[in-house]
Amino acid sequence: MKNKRSLFAVPYIVWMAFLVVIPIIIMVVYAFTTGATDGSLGAFTLDNFTSMGSYTVVFTRSFKLALIATAVCLLIGYPISYMIAKEGPRFQRVAMVLIMLPMWINFLLRTYSWMSILENNGLLNQIFRSIGLIDLYNSIAIHFAADPSAYQPITYFQMMGTSGAVVLGMVYNYLPFMILPIYSVIVKLDHSLVEAAHDLGANNLCVFRKVIFPLSLPGVLSGITMVFVPSVSTFAISRLLGGGNQMLLGDLIELQFTGGAYNPHLGAAIAMVMMVIVVVCMWVMNHFGEGEEQAVML
Amino acid sequence: MSKELIRLVNCSMAFDGELVLDNMNLYFNDSEFLTLLGPSGCGKTTTLRIIGGFITPTSGEVLFDGVRMNDIPPHLRQVNTVFQRYALFPHLNVFENVAFGLRIGRTEEKEVNGKKKKVKVRIPQDEIRQRVLEMLEVVSLKGFENRRITELSGGQQQRVAIARALVNRPKVLLLDEPLGALDLRLRKDMQSELKRIQQQMGITFIYVTHDQEEALAMSDTIVVMDQGKIQQIGTPEDIYNEPKNAFVADFIGESNILDGIMHEDYVVEFFNRKFKCLDKGFAPMEPVDVVIRPEDIDIVPMEKGQLRGTVTSVTFKGVHYDTIVDFKGFKWLIQTTDYHPVGETIGIILNPDDIHIMHKSQYSGMFGDYSSYSEEYEEMDDVTMLDEEEEDGPREDGHEE
Ligand SMILES: Nc1ncnc2c1ncn2[C@@H]1O[C@H](COP(=O)(O)OP(=O)(O)O)[C@@H](O)[C@H]1O
Ligand SMILES: [Mg+2]
Repeated sequence: MKNKRSLFAVPYIVWMAFLVVIPIIIMVVYAFTTGATDGSLGAFTLDNFTSMGSYTVVFTRSFKLALIATAVCLLIGYPISYMIAKEGPRFQRVAMVLIMLPMWINFLLRTYSWMSILENNGLLNQIFRSIGLIDLYNSIAIHFAADPSAYQPITYFQMMGTSGAVVLGMVYNYLPFMILPIYSVIVKLDHSLVEAAHDLGANNLCVFRKVIFPLSLPGVLSGITMVFVPSVSTFAISRLLGGGNQMLLGDLIELQFTGGAYNPHLGAAIAMVMMVIVVVCMWVMNHFGEGEEQAVML
Repeated sequence: MSKELIRLVNCSMAFDGELVLDNMNLYFNDSEFLTLLGPSGCGKTTTLRIIGGFITPTSGEVLFDGVRMNDIPPHLRQVNTVFQRYALFPHLNVFENVAFGLRIGRTEEKEVNGKKKKVKVRIPQDEIRQRVLEMLEVVSLKGFENRRITELSGGQQQRVAIARALVNRPKVLLLDEPLGALDLRLRKDMQSELKRIQQQMGITFIYVTHDQEEALAMSDTIVVMDQGKIQQIGTPEDIYNEPKNAFVADFIGESNILDGIMHEDYVVEFFNRKFKCLDKGFAPMEPVDVVIRPEDIDIVPMEKGQLRGTVTSVTFKGVHYDTIVDFKGFKWLIQTTDYHPVGETIGIILNPDDIHIMHKSQYSGMFGDYSSYSEEYEEMDDVTMLDEEEEDGPREDGHEE
């Protein structure tokens, strides 16, 4: 029995070794070595880590925006998941398809289309202009200008290149990863627990607070993980929607491998630090959640 | 004089146009152990859910102390439920499960400065603690406060569910097949435990089960249901000894159910013979169902019996033998402590108080599996009178008296 089981595990172990463990080892080796021109391993060094100080701003921005995006996803995603789970089975199926639908479209294509929506002459600004929002802004802003005669009226709202646009891109792309785990936990929740709580005197709000929410925490935790991790390491979203002003860790790492600043050793070091921070975050979060429910796996 | 707490008036319930409860009229008294008994799907849980407030009857009224409660949600009703599969909160430990209702507190109407106001009454922490511990002691779970629910056995979870409901001091406790998931031994223990708790707390238990033995052992009153209708209400003794129709007779214990004709008060005819019985009040020559309990039949040597039959099968059941006896094609179940081998011809004696007469109902002819109609019956002679001699063949004795 035991032998049979370990036999089945072989492909998995091979998979893990080749595609997970070995790349991580290579990354760690790169992070602690200097560059060598002839392709052999360089000497041991910590320079890659000490030189990272100049990128603190990218680190903080990455974590800040990922955190905001995760929070927004949670605030939007939880109520949506909850409402879908309360509906009938047919509504649920349709809703799930609608939520998954954007994920079938190429990631870059989706993000490019946001560019054409957010651009200075994009869809949103055209709408703002046609409903007079921009004129309204100008007529108000001119009163607050220091020198009204020198006031330059705007012709569009600057949305591209802002951190808001980057967060928007993250939320749009990763929201399904928040909704799906929360939805699947709530929909599986034993309805007799809700009835039991009602029976013991709890009104709807109280049932939610004391039963439904605590029991949906595993879904919330995996939702947070599944949104936060890709958000913190994304590179395309920030480059396309951030317009070069919003460089994130992902962009920084990419630059070290493909850009003019070619330095895979520094790139590996940054990736390693990022990974350590993320793992620590997730570990802390899962342990915090363990008091309420069994921890969710990463 | 016991006080009436809850009353169902002409309650009907339909799901998707299908009638599940058909015009129920039922009342529940203070401090009573009442059991809803019936086969699976007969509407027991539905009745309980109407009382608990989880569903509203399609028609009819639910009265608590004479006040219409149809649309009052569960959390505002003074009843608590022990659910079929316990429904304990997996994220809380034993203590917090039991304390759940107490921590919520109740909204009460109160006069504040002459105005009626809804006030949330919170129970102080130390009182909560004291009441929870007290209740855990009642259900014999002292010392289990900090256990996780998943660390408890089925019987222990059952007790937590009971404690969680009782700690709120409801006037009425609803229990939906609470022992269904337990093994036989534990079920027997919990039966007496539940009865003890009910008597100790002095509250009304409305208990749902499909197990007739359980119902007979625990209840003050049994309500037998089938197909959404009440078939009979009565004490366990009433229900067993005086079943109202073939369904009740068959569902509660085992019965031989025969077609008979009531000639006059105290005289019934079946098997082409007249027998004395204790029943009266039937129309002259009314067709009736006759119930004879297997354990009431006395087997005597064949020449001394009122009826004669041949043993066709014997099964040892521990306390007694289940003996199937063929009376000219009618198979009866007889329970005796004496062994009679297959093939033996025996006689039986029926005393007047062994025979119970019921009006014909929709259930007539559906039960009494041991008697099967045979062509021999048609060939039998006409009715023989009480003190007349045999129907066929020589027979010295076999008189009613
Ligand atoms: N929510 C519901 N929707 C449709 N049919 C139901 C519902 N609840 C119960 N029923 C039906 O009502 C009948 C009685 O059910 P129930 O009261 O649970 O029976 P019992 O508890 O006596 O086994 C069953 O035929 C069941 O299928
Ligand atoms: Mg049921």
